[in-house]
Amino acid sequence: MNVLQSNFFELITIIFYCILIFVPLLVGVVLALYADRKIWAAVQKRRGPNVVGPFGLFQVPADGLKFIFKEIILPDSADKTVFLIAPIITLALSIAAWAVIPVQAGVVLANINVGILYIFAISSLGVYGILMAGWASNSKYPFFGALRSAAQMVSYEVSIGFVIVTVLMCVGSLNLSEIVLAQKNIWFFIPLFPMFIVFFISALAETNRPPFDLPEAESELVAGYQTEYSGMPFVLFLFGEYINILLMCAMTTILFLGGWLPPIDVYPLNAIPGFVWFILKVTLVFYMFAMVKAFVPRYRYDQLMRLGWKVFLPLSLLAVVLTSSILFFFKLAPGMS
Amino acid sequence: MSISLLTFYLFSAILLLSSLMVISTKNPVHSVLFLILAFLNAAGIFVILHAEFLAMILIIVYVGAVAVLFLFVVMMLDFKTSLGKDNILQYMPIGLLIGLVFIAELVIVLINTRLDLSNIQILSNPLDNFSDQSNTEAIGSILYTNYVLYFQLSGVILLVAMVGSIVLTLRDREGVKRQIVSEQVDREGKIELVDVKSGEGVDI
Repeated sequence: MNVLQSNFFELITIIFYCILIFVPLLVGVVLALYADRKIWAAVQKRRGPNVVGPFGLFQVPADGLKFIFKEIILPDSADKTVFLIAPIITLALSIAAWAVIPVQAGVVLANINVGILYIFAISSLGVYGILMAGWASNSKYPFFGALRSAAQMVSYEVSIGFVIVTVLMCVGSLNLSEIVLAQKNIWFFIPLFPMFIVFFISALAETNRPPFDLPEAESELVAGYQTEYSGMPFVLFLFGEYINILLMCAMTTILFLGGWLPPIDVYPLNAIPGFVWFILKVTLVFYMFAMVKAFVPRYRYDQLMRLGWKVFLPLSLLAVVLTSSILFFFKLAPGMS
Repeated sequence: MSISLLTFYLFSAILLLSSLMVISTKNPVHSVLFLILAFLNAAGIFVILHAEFLAMILIIVYVGAVAVLFLFVVMMLDFKTSLGKDNILQYMPIGLLIGLVFIAELVIVLINTRLDLSNIQILSNPLDNFSDQSNTEAIGSILYTNYVLYFQLSGVILLVAMVGSIVLTLRDREGVKRQIVSEQVDREGKIELVDVKSGEGVDI
């Protein structure tokens, strides 16, 4: 028992930090859901949510309340334990990844040396929530949705991995803070522009966003793996999905857009605290996510697989070879000069 | 008792329990899920040993890729009909034999190495001349220098396995329509603008 007593203060601090991450994240998700619908509506010349609260801002909390008070329907032939664990896993994993995201110089819950690998590992676990949901529902459409989703996420993880490798070769560290600091002179999206595009599109596919939302293609699969879910478990899936989307936006920011760094290091810009820049950049990337959702039609499944394996994989492999060659030849690699 | 010891007991207890569940639960999908839980806890033990690179690679490779494919296959099996009591008894002797072999090997190893548990710090951190580097760097600087041939060789073996499985399963069936994107996108000389006089039509 005295182990817990001696570490009590540390435990309380960690819990406090967790809340400090979780609450802004939740607010971020609510705003992201709202922004997503508003942008989508604006592209289609609709108004979007505009009734509940000022500018319809309270639409998402109102929807959330509605879901909380709805009955949780457990299908009779479902595997009930796995059925209920699946959404919990999805949400927990998507939040867990945020523990290593640095929002400002030195402001990060866990500044671990293998930060980028940790995020990659956690996001590769995300597929289990979907697979378990699809299987446990014991129904056709969820199962197809889960199979599609698993194949899709595993395929695009490969190219994401190679893109991360190209960035890491320019940095020389797996620590996320050091990845940001390595972009002091130039943000990586300029020298590695093709990889930035590949990463962005792969991130869309990895988070099952349109145009790659085949796992929940409503014209074919009802709602994919979420078909049998209602009430709170459905909300957990929704939140997990959006936290993952925000995570991918944050990853794009950290890997390519210089994290918390201002665009140019001059007085009025570098006086603004880093987390403001970080949030601004994440918002910008999310805006691109939302715009893509609004105006790109859904891919066919074989086209999706072709893009992943026949276009992105060779392209990112070529980029790895090319980047390492250039870094080696011009002695630009970290620790070589 | 320190926090790391407490977490070690937690991880290893869950690891042992979940590996027990892998072989004792009746539903194959549950087995795979427990196997994944076991992998995760093994990764946790790696983290306690300060081998965070190995832990992450274990999760990325085994849990994120291999186990997904495994789960994929198991999910599509119709296990309700294939599972019976006699089936389990049928494989019992082989299972016991393999278990015995493993136990014997463990015992032989433990007898021959004289494991000194007081030196647990050295055991968990044997590369002390790399102590100023992160263990990603330490593994890299050994793997790509002293063991580069073995590393390349294992890569080639995996490549051969991949090519082999593709050769075994790839077959061109007759009459399957395939999309050739370059042909589809290429419109040169295939599109013609024609002025059509009304009532006369046009020959294409």
